[in-house]
Amino acid sequence: MHVPDLRGELNCGDTVLLKTFFLGILLGLAAAAGALYAIPVVDQTREASIVTVAPNGGNSEIFHVNIPMDRIVLGDPSQPVAVPPGLEWPADETLADVRAELFKIRNARDAVVGVAVRAAATADENSVIDWVLHLPARGSLFINMDVALAEGGYRMGKISSGAREFEQMRGGMTERWVANESNDEDAPAGRIELATTYVGQLEPLETGETYE
Amino acid sequence: MKYIVSLVLGLLFGAAIFVAGLLFNPFIADRGLSPLSVTNAEVITLNFANAPEETIAYTNDGESLQDPHPEKVLQLWEAPIRSTSAMVTVMRDGRNRVAGIGVKFSSDSESTRLLSGELITDSVWYVYLPEHGSLFVEQTENYFPFIREVAFPAWRSSANSWRGNWLGDLTTGPGALGTAAVAGGSGRIEGLRMAGVESMSVRAFSTNTGLVSSEGRLIVEMPENETADAD
Repeated sequence: MHVPDLRGELNCGDTVLLKTFFLGILLGLAAAAGALYAIPVVDQTREASIVTVAPNGGNSEIFHVNIPMDRIVLGDPSQPVAVPPGLEWPADETLADVRAELFKIRNARDAVVGVAVRAAATADENSVIDWVLHLPARGSLFINMDVALAEGGYRMGKISSGAREFEQMRGGMTERWVANESNDEDAPAGRIELATTYVGQLEPLETGETYE
Repeated sequence: MKYIVSLVLGLLFGAAIFVAGLLFNPFIADRGLSPLSVTNAEVITLNFANAPEETIAYTNDGESLQDPHPEKVLQLWEAPIRSTSAMVTVMRDGRNRVAGIGVKFSSDSESTRLLSGELITDSVWYVYLPEHGSLFVEQTENYFPFIREVAFPAWRSSANSWRGNWLGDLTTGPGALGTAAVAGGSGRIEGLRMAGVESMSVRAFSTNTGLVSSEGRLIVEMPENETADAD
């Protein structure tokens, strides 16, 4: 097999050109690897959390949903109007008593910070009202609500599980409907107020460690 | 001048080699068998449609590959939720009967590390099964194998589409064995802590419209002393 002798065919300028090209390849490899390492592929936008210390311990944070503008989906077989238009809620008998709503949720500054689902199911023995709050930059909360309303129009709930920032948190949440009282044309009909209280779980002391 | 051109061409060629190396890196392998496929415990198997057109509702920022469904659904355009999608879908049991309703929120994860083949999504499921109760599933998913084996070949194809049979587990955590954390909220599974795995089966994909024909599966492993009759 004939192997061309490049040394004889390339002059000095060509050799430098070739070396520059190979140097470029190395730099390109390094630059691509460096860029992937240093520049975050995903950078979630964060709204500053508005957390207050609860009087009896733990932290409190209040979210709300403006109705109807923050409602993404209203899945309810008993509703004559679908939200959004064109939504086809399954007609299956299994889901006849199940209602699911998706919302955008806002913080106390009225900025959208996440999305949530509220599911309600009516059954003879085991009626259910659950919330899942999903805050993309922070994590998620799963809350089981009491079916019965408490005094003052509140419904109480218990944080059953959490993800990421909320993984070790336990506590509760209340929901209540607050009707709008302003006369503004663009004002919502009201809002669902969600008041959460987080309590971190105690961690056992290491063997030999004492509390001071 | 010619040296600069040569250097720039080399840079581009080097970057292209890097991308190719990333996509075809043999050291970035699929996890293979799901840990739940060899379990002796009872499992709840739930199948669901995950192509937006076949779901009850699907929404995102409105500028992503997949179009929201139905057309007039509210879009998630605000900055903190722009990289999030929400899906409502019917969950079916192993016999293809309606078993309940599922809602999935997925957000691009800041723990994504393309260098190590991790294109991570943080997602949670809320599933209500009238027969069992409610479930909360927390998981991280890795879409890198899907990108490498389905989306990239579709992008390279002259028709901008891919057809075939791709089946892969998406769940990679937070469980030590790459399983999702599942919490029972009500009904007969109330208070139970379980493990789960979500997988996806794709038959057709287009770089213009996203998933064309695909199905998802969520498997939840019951604790050893519990039984499930869903499947």
